[in-house]
Amino acid sequence: MTYQNTPPLLQVQNLKTYYFTDDGVVKAVDGVDFEVYPGEVLGLVGESGCGKSVTSLSIMGLIEPPGKIMDGKIIFDGKNLLEMPEKEMAQVRGKNISMIFQQPQTSLNPVFTIGEQISEILKIHSTLSKQELQRRTLELLQMVGIPDAHRKINAYPHEMSGGQAQRVMIAMALALNPQLLIADEPTTALDVTIQAQILDLMRELRNRTGTAVILITHDLGVIAEMADRVAVMYAGRIVEQADVNTLFSTPRNPYTQGLIESVPVLGQIKEELATIPGNVPNLVDLPPGCRFAPRCTAREAYGLEICNQIEPDLQSVEKADHFVRCWLYQDGNGHNAPLKR
Amino acid sequence: MIAYTIRRLLLAIPVMFGILVVTFTLSRMIPGDPCKAMLGEKATAEVCDRFRAQYGLDKPIPVQLGIYMGNVLKGDFGMSIRFSRPVTIILIERLPTTIELGLTSLMIAVLVGIPAGILSAVKRNSIIDVITMVGANIGVSMPVYWLGLILAYVFALLLKDTPFWLPPTGRLSAGLVSVPFYQVLGWEFPKESFRYHLVEFISNLYILNSLLTRDWVVLKDAIQHLILPSVALSTIPLAIIARMTRSSMLEVLKQDYIRAARAKGLLRGTVIFKHAFRNALLPIVTIIGIQVGTLFAGAVLTETIFGLAGVGRILFEAITARDFPIIQAFTVVIAAGYVIANLIVDLSYVLIDPRIRLE
Repeated sequence: MTYQNTPPLLQVQNLKTYYFTDDGVVKAVDGVDFEVYPGEVLGLVGESGCGKSVTSLSIMGLIEPPGKIMDGKIIFDGKNLLEMPEKEMAQVRGKNISMIFQQPQTSLNPVFTIGEQISEILKIHSTLSKQELQRRTLELLQMVGIPDAHRKINAYPHEMSGGQAQRVMIAMALALNPQLLIADEPTTALDVTIQAQILDLMRELRNRTGTAVILITHDLGVIAEMADRVAVMYAGRIVEQADVNTLFSTPRNPYTQGLIESVPVLGQIKEELATIPGNVPNLVDLPPGCRFAPRCTAREAYGLEICNQIEPDLQSVEKADHFVRCWLYQDGNGHNAPLKR
Repeated sequence: MIAYTIRRLLLAIPVMFGILVVTFTLSRMIPGDPCKAMLGEKATAEVCDRFRAQYGLDKPIPVQLGIYMGNVLKGDFGMSIRFSRPVTIILIERLPTTIELGLTSLMIAVLVGIPAGILSAVKRNSIIDVITMVGANIGVSMPVYWLGLILAYVFALLLKDTPFWLPPTGRLSAGLVSVPFYQVLGWEFPKESFRYHLVEFISNLYILNSLLTRDWVVLKDAIQHLILPSVALSTIPLAIIARMTRSSMLEVLKQDYIRAARAKGLLRGTVIFKHAFRNALLPIVTIIGIQVGTLFAGAVLTETIFGLAGVGRILFEAITARDFPIIQAFTVVIAAGYVIANLIVDLSYVLIDPRIRLE
């Protein structure tokens, strides 16, 4: 599927979100660019702490102190969300852009019933009557496959399983047919069998409603299953971006290659799983050049010096929509790319 | 929940009797003799024997306890040694003063403490937060008697002849009388009857009584007299409630469901008051229940400073005079206040948090 013929629904440009902590300035998101087209699923992958969740909270305008968005634009439906007054932004949240979270059970308020929490989002964004609210809430619960919805509408979150709670969160997120759904690790906290059910549900609802999805996960299996395009994040930056088939068949950035290799494959017996050596850099004190350079085996193999000095750009490789941030594929500053094609 | 309430109230009965036995025993272990305390050091042995026989103090302590328990079951708390009047009558006179003072103080503490705590949590680390919490720390560390004297000095003396003047002593100004509502309504009861005691008790709650009789002059005067003592008594509970509210709110504001509520498009204010506050309430309600004890303890000093004839002051006088019936009866009443406060706290848990079920 290609979506690039239509104008993008969301454009994130040079987004920088920093946290001002006692240990220093944590550059959680440091110059991120990507687009989401209407109806597509964009996968955002990376290890813990690479800035995936902060990116999504920045889009929602929910960065709390000590965090602060320092620079960039988030253009949604033609408007820069970062310049929007809070009242207007609250109208966008839940109605045009909604979000589901990693921990469904703790994301539901323990002192209100499921029905109250779903009808609340309808109430603030629409003018439905009491009966209509009740009817629509019930409809939503049935849509996300909650059995016995008539009874569950009066249940409290602690009376639901994790899978059911995530279904409720999805019902809430899709209540107003938003144009964009941000799903932040929606299946991470769930059992494997429930994960598959939730992913099926999300896919089915996406096909029905045409909502674009930003799917944030560290699980490449989920990405392969769900995403149309993928952006790989590392230490607050996007390092590779391509359609899902290209990314899995011909990953170019050594980090993406490492990620894909480190996934255990069922039936394939290995003595040891492939790992990426070293650790994610400290976001307070980043390496001067490429952020992955200290862990990069390709850099050593090709004896590249520039990686430790200057950071590469995100440039297209092979295909117009396959972007890679790596000196292996780009010239510049007197450097000749060893793998340039 | 009704069954639970009834069970808890029934359980309170053995608690009351336990307290009665303990106070009965302990008050007789205080060194000193009621006869010497009442009739003076020079009272002869003969006079004292007669005195003891009159109040049943000549019998062995277990027998005294048995007789006393029997009387209490009949609703008779005995005669005060010091005042030579039935303890029940004294209770009816004194308790309403303390209840009025305590409830007003608690109301001030809750109505000021909770908003201050919320404000402080929401504006965390701001100037407002710092000022509120420094204020709370001063409040906690300020002795009631000192604050009481300062308040009395400022409002009764320095601000004399200004509209801010407030009376420093008593419950009503001289010349004003709070006419009992049952007299205004023309009700009559036989003296000594339970109903008479009950309406008498209610009419001694001056604020309630003046509302019932629509006597606005007395109402205004009674409220004016209550302001200084209840402000003095409320500072410690107020400060504790404010601090508890702040920390509880800060804890709740970190939760996932707060962020999720914001993601729904709710405004910050709605999230704070609807989603966060109700979750933060449990520890706040608990601490309010505990403050009932602080209020009783503080009432002794407050009533003394502001010349209020309440429970706190008479208990102090009774202990000095070894007036056993008064000590016993008032201790049980205070304990009952505690039991009821805790029951209300426990019942309110169920209303606040659906995860809590009372068994």
